Amino acid sequence: MHTTSPRFKTNAHEALDDAKLQRALGNVPKGFIAKRKKVADALPEFEALRDASRDIKSHTLKHLDLYLEAYEKKVIASGGHVHWAESAADARAIILDICRKANARTITKGKSMISEEIGLNDHLAANGIVPVETDLGEYIIQMRGEHPSHIIAPAIHVNKDEVEADFRRVHTHLDPARDLTEPTSLLAEARGELRAKFLAADVGLTGANFLVAETGTSVIVTNEGNGDLTQILPKTHIVLASLEKIVPTLNDLSQLLRVLARSATGQEMSVYTTLSTGPKRSGDPDGPENYHVVLLDNGRSSMLGSEFEEMLRCIRCGACMNHCPVYHAVGGHAYGWVYPGPMGSVLTPSLIGVDKAGHLPNASTFCGRCESVCPVRIPLPKLMRNWREREFERHLTPSVQRRGLSVWATLATRPRLYRLVTRLAARSLALLGRGKGRFRKLPLAGGWTDFRDFPAPEGETFHAAWAKREKAGREKTGRKETGPKGAGA
Amino acid sequence: MSRDAILARMRRSLGVHPGDVTRRAEVADRLTRTPRGVVPARGQLAREELVRLFLDKTVAVQASCVRVASPAESKTAVLDYLRGANLPMRIRIGADRRLAALGLEADPLVEDGHGPSAGDDLACLSHAFGGVAESGTLMLHSGPDNPTTLNFLPDHHIVVVDADDIYGDYETLLDLVRETYGIGEMPRTVNFITGPSRSADIEQTLLLGAHGPRSLHVIVVG
Ligand code: SF4
Repeated sequence: MHTTSPRFKTNAHEALDDAKLQRALGNVPKGFIAKRKKVADALPEFEALRDASRDIKSHTLKHLDLYLEAYEKKVIASGGHVHWAESAADARAIILDICRKANARTITKGKSMISEEIGLNDHLAANGIVPVETDLGEYIIQMRGEHPSHIIAPAIHVNKDEVEADFRRVHTHLDPARDLTEPTSLLAEARGELRAKFLAADVGLTGANFLVAETGTSVIVTNEGNGDLTQILPKTHIVLASLEKIVPTLNDLSQLLRVLARSATGQEMSVYTTLSTGPKRSGDPDGPENYHVVLLDNGRSSMLGSEFEEMLRCIRCGACMNHCPVYHAVGGHAYGWVYPGPMGSVLTPSLIGVDKAGHLPNASTFCGRCESVCPVRIPLPKLMRNWREREFERHLTPSVQRRGLSVWATLATRPRLYRLVTRLAARSLALLGRGKGRFRKLPLAGGWTDFRDFPAPEGETFHAAWAKREKAGREKTGRKETGPKGAGA
Repeated sequence: MSRDAILARMRRSLGVHPGDVTRRAEVADRLTRTPRGVVPARGQLAREELVRLFLDKTVAVQASCVRVASPAESKTAVLDYLRGANLPMRIRIGADRRLAALGLEADPLVEDGHGPSAGDDLACLSHAFGGVAESGTLMLHSGPDNPTTLNFLPDHHIVVVDADDIYGDYETLLDLVRETYGIGEMPRTVNFITGPSRSADIEQTLLLGAHGPRSLHVIVVG
């Protein structure tokens, strides 16, 4: 996928000025934060499950080569095929080849971020194969010619009236006088449009939330059921997954499932958790006749053993972006590549290079909320700091920023000191910014305020303002929640 | 070959040797012992409470449910549901003998279809392998008895589950799959289903009935 990460600052500026986007982004905290907290609080073992999930993923990464070998053996034994792809181009070529051999004209697709990562749709289309996104959010953005702005809610940047306009523009065979004011009618229309496409597709491609070495199984987790229709109706099922999706056993899978849906959408379980092993068996009346797994590396094997290895624990739940004040402010597209939010700020430089994505690790307030909700306890702020240090060492930052950053780095690794200093700075800046309501430069945070253009603080820091806002919200709704970690400093 | 290049790169990054027997033993051990992790206490209950928790959780995920005392009553429960939802007396069923025993086929008022769904069924009937009380989850698997298309294509999915097949957690049910199919073996598709299909992709508003069934009705027998 084409990247605009190098122009992150401009992207962020534009996002802050985009009124429609800002309206849509209001749905992020509304939709996710309270739901996750409620369902996490309702399970006494939740924190222990997070520890267990972290340990399972860490153990697996240390033995990744061996678990992948065991997994491959099992897939082959159950009648499936495994293809190893070193790069995005390799994966695209493998998938195109499978489609051609299946004489495919259309291919339905379940939600897959890896498919975005390798730019699959454009490649298929350029070769005469029609890719059909079937997840409602993906269907909407495919129609708009956009990319997902969130890893589990791809169309979160789109408002309902925009969806209505898109449906009217594209579904021209339907009655123009039809009523689409209610979200339910939009959903029903998409369901009707896609049903025929599910039944007509020659190939179905899904991602995988997990791969299980014990049984050679791929696992998808969805709420809509589109991933299932994608994989059981066509003759050929292709699973596109990155290497680190593997877990050892079905029991390990159960641990991760308990934290995944809770962290992602605040559900105890997503509606459909589907375990697929090989093609259909003799005697099965339905299911695919061919089963292919494409395992993508694309830079991940080099992250093993490095200071960024922990990032490979990520189970793509989206909690870190759902809780990130920077994501709330600028949305997902500003990050400029496939993966937004805190996880993207760490992963993107690893996969496309710090020369292109060096701005992303700066897109942080170091409030620590991402780490405090990450189900596999990835120390995201620490990893972002690692990138900053690397960027600094490589002299990629302009000299002014470099000087500022070394002070910043000292402070940022000492959160209390940092808060104290920024609070003092904010107080004095409030005086400077008065009348304008915004400030464009904050000493000690050069590269950051360059794009943030935050409202001038009225004598308080972001942390303090946040704590106040949370408190006000609590009083209004009578919620008993405590503020985020680190708030109130 | 990409495969060997990728594996070699992983080993280089990890600083390990492919011949390292200790690592291999560790992996083999985990794959055969399949240790359990943290299993929530909420599902560790005596049978009666377990079934009650399952029913509560089923309702909490917007499915409807009814409990009947015997298989004979399941037939009435199926017909009651069709009537209550204003549906024609028409239903698609797989080859599961437990469902055949309900006698829907012999009933002149009911039109029954068999085999996989072609996408035009309003209602389908399946028998679950089991249920998981901790989250109100059903488990079904592929095969002629209960074709997988029946789980996803109809508007209304009715699922019968024996009270005796309801367990507290996923792990216990997966142990039963291992027992039934052999260690490391699986049916083609195993579906954990928790409520009817839904989407929140439009402005984070939760709507039921995305691509899968709009309604899920669970009949617990026993
Ligand atoms: S980094 Fe953690 S919180 Fe973010 S998507 Fe990955 S697993 Fe979820």
